[in-house]
Amino acid sequence: MSYIVDRRLNAKKKSTVNRQRFLKRYRIHIKKAVADAITHRSITDIEHGEEIHIPAGDIQEPLFHHGQGGHSERILPGNKDFISGDQIPRPPAGDAGGSGSGASDSGEGEDAFIFEITQEEFLNFMFEDLALPNMVKRQLAGIDEFKLRKAGFSNQGSPGQMDVVRSLKSAHARRIALTLGKRKKLKVLEQQLQLLEAAEPILRNQTEIDRLLKKINHLKSLIKRVPWLDDFDLKYHLRAKEPMPQAKAVMFCIMDVSGSMDQATKEVAKRFFILLYLFIQRNYERTEIVFIRHHTSAKEVDEQEFFYSRETGGTIVSSALKLMQKIIEQRYPLGDWNIYGAQASDGDNWNNDSAVCKEILCNSLLPNLQYFSYIEITPRAHQSLWHVYEQVEESYPDTFAMAQVVDASEIYTVFRELFHKQVI
Amino acid sequence: MKQKPLSTSSEWTFELIELYDHEISKIATEFGLDTYPNQIEVISSEQMMDAYASTGMPLGYHHWSYGKQFINTERSYSRGQMGLAYEIVINSNPCIAYLMEENTMTMQALVIAHACYGHNSFFKGNYLFKTWTDADSIIDYLLFAKNYIAECEERHGIEEVEKLIDSCHAIMNYGVDRYKRPYPISAKEESNRQKEREEILQKLVNDLWRTIPQGKTAARKNNKRFPREPEENLLYFIEKHAPLLRPWQREVVRIVRKISQYFYPQRQTQVMNEGWACFWHYTLLNEMYNRGLVTEGFILEFLQTHTSVIYQPPFDSKYYSGINPYTLGFNMMIDIRRICEHPTEEDKQWFPDLAGSNWQASLDNAMRNYKDESFILQYLSPKVIRDLKLFCIVDDDKNPYIAVDAIHDDRGYQHIRETLAGHYNLGNQEPNIQVYSVDIEGDRSLTLHHSQHARKPLGDSTDKVLKHIRRLWGFDVHLHSIENGTISKSYHCPPVKEKELELEKTKD
Repeated sequence: MSYIVDRRLNAKKKSTVNRQRFLKRYRIHIKKAVADAITHRSITDIEHGEEIHIPAGDIQEPLFHHGQGGHSERILPGNKDFISGDQIPRPPAGDAGGSGSGASDSGEGEDAFIFEITQEEFLNFMFEDLALPNMVKRQLAGIDEFKLRKAGFSNQGSPGQMDVVRSLKSAHARRIALTLGKRKKLKVLEQQLQLLEAAEPILRNQTEIDRLLKKINHLKSLIKRVPWLDDFDLKYHLRAKEPMPQAKAVMFCIMDVSGSMDQATKEVAKRFFILLYLFIQRNYERTEIVFIRHHTSAKEVDEQEFFYSRETGGTIVSSALKLMQKIIEQRYPLGDWNIYGAQASDGDNWNNDSAVCKEILCNSLLPNLQYFSYIEITPRAHQSLWHVYEQVEESYPDTFAMAQVVDASEIYTVFRELFHKQVI
Repeated sequence: MKQKPLSTSSEWTFELIELYDHEISKIATEFGLDTYPNQIEVISSEQMMDAYASTGMPLGYHHWSYGKQFINTERSYSRGQMGLAYEIVINSNPCIAYLMEENTMTMQALVIAHACYGHNSFFKGNYLFKTWTDADSIIDYLLFAKNYIAECEERHGIEEVEKLIDSCHAIMNYGVDRYKRPYPISAKEESNRQKEREEILQKLVNDLWRTIPQGKTAARKNNKRFPREPEENLLYFIEKHAPLLRPWQREVVRIVRKISQYFYPQRQTQVMNEGWACFWHYTLLNEMYNRGLVTEGFILEFLQTHTSVIYQPPFDSKYYSGINPYTLGFNMMIDIRRICEHPTEEDKQWFPDLAGSNWQASLDNAMRNYKDESFILQYLSPKVIRDLKLFCIVDDDKNPYIAVDAIHDDRGYQHIRETLAGHYNLGNQEPNIQVYSVDIEGDRSLTLHHSQHARKPLGDSTDKVLKHIRRLWGFDVHLHSIENGTISKSYHCPPVKEKELELEKTKD
């Protein structure tokens, strides 16, 4: 007696929980591997999983077992030319290869436990503890931010939402209720009629029969007049609109692409934005990103151009900030959008321009922004822009953050620092 | 007249599986195989890996180590380092067997014959399984265990429970009374178990049900060594006597112990179990071919798989990783049949009772009443030793060389047979460690004794295991390794300073 069951469709990913437990337990190793990977990988490479190595010693589950030594006898298969009494030199300790001690008691090689985490897990570890600061849910609005959900039944509705079973049930109940008394009377009359008709033809009271028949017909027509389906029998599914809380955010990425930015510096800046970009895409469903690059004048570009085109010339930072302000006014009404800014530069700026930047930031931008971060990628001494921004940071400690980066390996730590989850 | 084959294509369908199962079942019954009903489940390769990770259990509690297993399996599978074993079968009633959807019809038939009739009848017939496991209730118990542990995690935190399970797993192999002679389950025993199960349910209702165990106060009165007799079942001892465990922790210890008990027969009958299953898939499918139920292509594909399953790499091959239980078991089973049907002079000398007897009855008897150790000791024939070219080496740390002790010749057979049987004696494979005493009046420390086997020392993870035992016991733990009545080495948790250690030695 056998039962054959098709289980292919259910109980998938039974081990997911165990896998998560495993990742959690070895999070220190994994985080280190992730941090290393971010430092060494190229930008286009960032959306992959990562191979994690965990030293065998750390992952072993200890058991009582026999160690090397003592007296042991072993049976091996596949003898070729040994005869009893042969003496074989003892192979060096450790990897005994095929010559015998590969048995269970020494089955603890030095190999690291290697496995891969998926891209999603990789990013999870990367962005752990991070969230865009000061995220404010400003408005519950927008067409796709409502969800319809079932909310019982109603007597009104469109034909498409009619619940047939419920409607007929209710009609049936109404018919029973409205005809009950009449049907009882009808039953009594029909019994009387039967009695009269059962009598011998000669003894029949024809007038009484006629009277009964008339009454019965009248009752029947009354019962028939109760409608099969009435307006108020109809039941409709009721659907209620439920607002879906969803905050919209826009992120401005501003980068200096002037002649003073060499290729290495740009690389570092790119990494910072890449991290940001991945992070935003991941955390917020409705997020838009505006890329602004600038030298002496600023220009809004698409992602490809932002990261991969070359420019030369001097540097006027305020041009980018002005453009950002203009775009906000045109496209991102403050009531609907959370606005974030991130700027990367090597610190160069046309001297007189820094004061202008401060003014734009303090007076126009920062009061409306959720967060603005600035990284300066330079090993050299700070220039005027940094000092001006320091003043800005003093007046807006919550919404403005700045940090200095020297080479690519620091990006990740700085990024984490700037976007560390704030406990509100 | 030859019959029309059941199918000619390598594709399988549910109807075909049913048809093959029906035919195999018919032949199996003719051969006198007694089985539990089968539940054949068709699953995907990913689900097979899931099943792997949870040691084949259809429902396991959550633990990181299973995640590790899964990752390991997935990795080597996706790299093509290993094919998934095509069969996992669960000792339950009904007997659950998995078929992987990627396999061909031939493979499905092979698995059905192997698992649903081979392993299944072994589970039902072998005395160890009959004694130690309860096929009817295992699924219920696993479900209970999974839910209970999930509930504990909710109540006490995942980390807390995980630590506890880690510790239990470290001594999971010490969860049965190995040296007690198994005895058949009696009606009384059965009702006791029922009562135990009720207790468990009771505990689910009311976690405060238990009080501090009686063991300590009772032992204090008569002022004798506690426990009176050394206790080999460490998990049981901890479950019953650890002073600081909370009721739910005891229950978790118990769950690990019960599950370890469930696996106990499997660890002791690997060679026999696989040998038996291989013997039957080989016999059943060949019989199908003889009756014209399957095509030549089918039987060739089957033979190719069969051969690779029972392949034994020689000791100097890079693929060698110990003796393949499938090979050894299959060869021995086939050989028993040969001895019964076509005995040689040698066989008559070695197996006077077996030679010429009814092979079905003899095999059935072997399957029912032996475990690996005794099976090899009883049935390993000179021919199998010659076929596999078995030889025995002696590795003694007193000698600078490894000596070849016996090979497949007249002088060697008996010795090889005994030594190989010894390999499958769990008592030799694993260090013999028992609870020796508890310092009840004093610091409540627990002392374990390790009786050395052939002067083998304990491995290097011993200290880590002791840490786990200390976590369970709650007080200091000492382990003495005993060689010929004297302590050759001591382990302590927490580690004891050298001086105190010396003192302790003189005291003992």
